[in-house]
Amino acid sequence: MIGIIDYGVGNIKAFANIYKNFDIPYKIVKNIDDFKNVTKLILPGVGSFDHAMTSLQNSGMREELDKLVLENKVPIIGICVGMQMLANSSDEGELKGLGWIEAEVKKFDKSKIINAPLPHMGWNSLNIQENKQIVSALDSDPRFYFLHSYYFECKNKEDVIATATYGEEFECIVNHNNIYGIQCHPEKSHHNGMQLLKNFGELKC
Amino acid sequence: MLAPRIIPCLLVHNKGLVKTVKFKEGKYVGDPINAVKIFNEKESDELMVLDIDATVENREPDYKMIENLAVECRMPLCYGGGIKTVEQAQQIFNLGVEKIALSSAVLENPSLVSEIAKEVGNQSVVVVLDVKKKMFGGYDIYTHNGTKKSKVSLEDFIKELQELGAGEIVLNSIDNDGVMKGYDINLITKLKPLIHTPMTVLGGAGTLKDIENLVSEFGIIGCSAGSLFVFKGKYKAVLINYPKKEEKEKIIKGIK
Repeated sequence: MIGIIDYGVGNIKAFANIYKNFDIPYKIVKNIDDFKNVTKLILPGVGSFDHAMTSLQNSGMREELDKLVLENKVPIIGICVGMQMLANSSDEGELKGLGWIEAEVKKFDKSKIINAPLPHMGWNSLNIQENKQIVSALDSDPRFYFLHSYYFECKNKEDVIATATYGEEFECIVNHNNIYGIQCHPEKSHHNGMQLLKNFGELKC
Repeated sequence: MLAPRIIPCLLVHNKGLVKTVKFKEGKYVGDPINAVKIFNEKESDELMVLDIDATVENREPDYKMIENLAVECRMPLCYGGGIKTVEQAQQIFNLGVEKIALSSAVLENPSLVSEIAKEVGNQSVVVVLDVKKKMFGGYDIYTHNGTKKSKVSLEDFIKELQELGAGEIVLNSIDNDGVMKGYDINLITKLKPLIHTPMTVLGGAGTLKDIENLVSEFGIIGCSAGSLFVFKGKYKAVLINYPKKEEKEKIIKGIK
């Protein structure tokens, strides 16, 4: 069963609706007791980095999550700010990230995106670097919805699954062991986004 | 490559959807949830829903309606109407809305932009400016559905909003609203150089050609419309519509 982590940040219902339509079992996880029977996790996130980190910390679920993800190797996908939280740190905030993937979150360099405003907002194409199951059965030129000013940068480039270009190329889908991250919003990216969430639901544990 | 966004704008009045002409004579065009479902099927880029009653009735946003819309909506949703405080914005955000549109409240208290941005992130704070041509050139900002003129200078205010951290600016032409004869190109030409956040224009689109022209002229820009996506034909029969994939590709290819 997929556990959608509800720590007060992010559009929980949008994910729940999509899995409901696919008949993929899910539950909303609000405290450590709710982790029972959960075999996969979704970490949504919107807003600012520190706000999201603080909310997760205050939810009382942080320690259990560390254990599930790092020791029990439960597959997890961080989405938007939820992805950025997987990194060690972010230019946007003071707080430390979860540090589950060797990465930093950086601000787009305005000087490189001439005539392109910030935030990066709208539908952009993904360049799939590695054909893993998480990106299977997407359109040949899949477009996803982005809404962000900071981007994820992996230390180990073998963790990169897909990139997108906005002034410069940046990493937008990453994977290290059981840990996945996606910068765009699959829950708001119509058929491609739904396919990606379905792929995550169907990953072999 | 990033694509220009094509955004239906829906106006809520007395719990139904209406479409106005020059901000007047709202014609009933249907039920909000039903419209969202149709735009889901048509894979619309985004959706903007503005409650045009909330501010004039001086009431809270209708949270139940917003929640119903957000649950149904499979594309990014921007909600506007009646938001005056950080708490209200946060509450709407928690209902699953991606972007929050502010208008009259920020004219009274511009720092609301930075206060809300601090909570929900700059990317989610949209400011909608309803503008109308002045008698002798230039534009004024209006609020309360075009009934109250603001004394604030449009150009100065646009600069200030960006300093305060607005994530998107929507320019809505009152003169062109519902007229369906094309966008106010002069307005956009004049203000685009001042805007370094994503920018969306609204008011006047009557055909997809108007959107094509907008994109070929201005590149990556948010193209929003009301009438175009709810009416069909010269008698304005209500029919919710949205460009097909091929039509959209043609618009995107027009970028120089």
